[in-house]
Amino acid sequence: MTQIQKSNSELVTQHYLGKTTENRTMYYLQISQPSDKIKKIIWMDCGIHAREWISPAFCQWFVKEILQNYKSDPKIRRFLQNLDLYILPVLNIDGYIYSWEKDRLWRKNRSPHMNGTCYGTDLNRNFNSSWGSIGVSYNCSSEIFCGSGPESEPETRAVAQFIKNKSSDILCYLTIHSYGQYILTPYGSTTKPPSNNEELVGQHIHLLQAVTCGTSLFTLLPFLQRKMAAAALMGKYGTSYKVGATSLILYSNSGSSRDWAHTIGIPFSYTFELRDKGTHGFVLPPDQIQHTCEETMLAVTAIIDYVDRKYFPGGAVMLTASSLGLSLCLSVILTWNVS
Amino acid sequence: DVLDKDSTVNCTAEVLYHLGNKNIAPDVQFTLEGELKNTDEADNVFYNRIKSLEKELVAENIPDNHGNVSPEMEPIHLLAWVASGYVIWQNSTENTKFQLAQIKHVKQVKRSDEYLEFDYKILLHEMLTQEIIPWQMTVLWHPQHGVEVTRDSRQPKEAPE
Repeated sequence: MTQIQKSNSELVTQHYLGKTTENRTMYYLQISQPSDKIKKIIWMDCGIHAREWISPAFCQWFVKEILQNYKSDPKIRRFLQNLDLYILPVLNIDGYIYSWEKDRLWRKNRSPHMNGTCYGTDLNRNFNSSWGSIGVSYNCSSEIFCGSGPESEPETRAVAQFIKNKSSDILCYLTIHSYGQYILTPYGSTTKPPSNNEELVGQHIHLLQAVTCGTSLFTLLPFLQRKMAAAALMGKYGTSYKVGATSLILYSNSGSSRDWAHTIGIPFSYTFELRDKGTHGFVLPPDQIQHTCEETMLAVTAIIDYVDRKYFPGGAVMLTASSLGLSLCLSVILTWNVS
Repeated sequence: DVLDKDSTVNCTAEVLYHLGNKNIAPDVQFTLEGELKNTDEADNVFYNRIKSLEKELVAENIPDNHGNVSPEMEPIHLLAWVASGYVIWQNSTENTKFQLAQIKHVKQVKRSDEYLEFDYKILLHEMLTQEIIPWQMTVLWHPQHGVEVTRDSRQPKEAPE
């Protein structure tokens, strides 16, 4: 991370976030186009769960892609005018290192319990959102042990404190996991939908067109509510992702970072569960890493783009129905969007 | 078909979970719409290779921690997949979602008859509890007689280092 900051210092700065259980330092990267404008924030963290190796890989890919293309890619240029990107490449550093050195399928952090006879809290059950109520265990030996209390873990506190402080400026909270191929919206602890559920789940199709047709055509088609990010993702390699509320399409859980971010007022809060659907699970083969990162990049930039256009309308936006381009795009969309 | 991405055969299944007794495996009725590929040639190549080994096959960590499976181990991996399917079926309820996570250890067991026998220690991942469950299974295979799991048992989690 230090190297990235050094070689891209006009755009990237490294910042201290906190310390882990084993006293390792947590840093986040801030990608910020210098300007006198006051920016809003997109937060993305990876590696809350140690064994989900594709997740930190994606955060690194994302940073690399932004830095390589921010001068040439008009979409990135546009949103960097208004948005700063805060990236935490590995949230659960201790667990991640443990999964490399000792136990490939470790999930939790490395906090000791019961006099050092049992280790680890599930950091994604440790946030203060209906903490300890459902989809957790109070037993340290469980993989979904929620800890001794909400925000009991230093890693959780480091992230929560920071996000709370900046919450009025954070428009979007993204947290990257594997596996399952889902884009999950709040909530996990209840099936009652959040107030902006329609918008979270069913996004407008115009961004879809922009992504798949490779143009900056931007046409509102409100009658075609579609799962924009999932559709964008699928356009790359045909990988299909399910979109919806965790409690409805996956399982019930409480104390997740995504739910907590939404309850403190961050409007767009998503969990990504990357490839695959269980064939390889956590141990994704190397030949799938790049494709996974590329397709996920499309989905994440589609979400960032949407947030950017929603909160910063105007500028170089073309609300045009240039008919040839539109009908070409529509035919592409409608064929593989029938599901 | 995991080995042939261009080949898709639809399969519909009816799965009935026993409401009263959770210890009974769900009832599964399935219909294949089409035919599965014939694998006789590959089966025989693998069979003959193992039969002609001087020492019994032993291997660990398939796939390895980075997701790699060597070509020689691919059939061992596939066999474990099939056999774990049986174990998963026998232990599934409405509240479980199992996947084979990794083969920790596999050892060939010498036999005097024509069957191949492998003693596997696998790790199953259960989605709702997120648990990694070690499981032992003894697998018999023959190209013409198919796969059979003759013994299987859940293992205790290993003590942490």
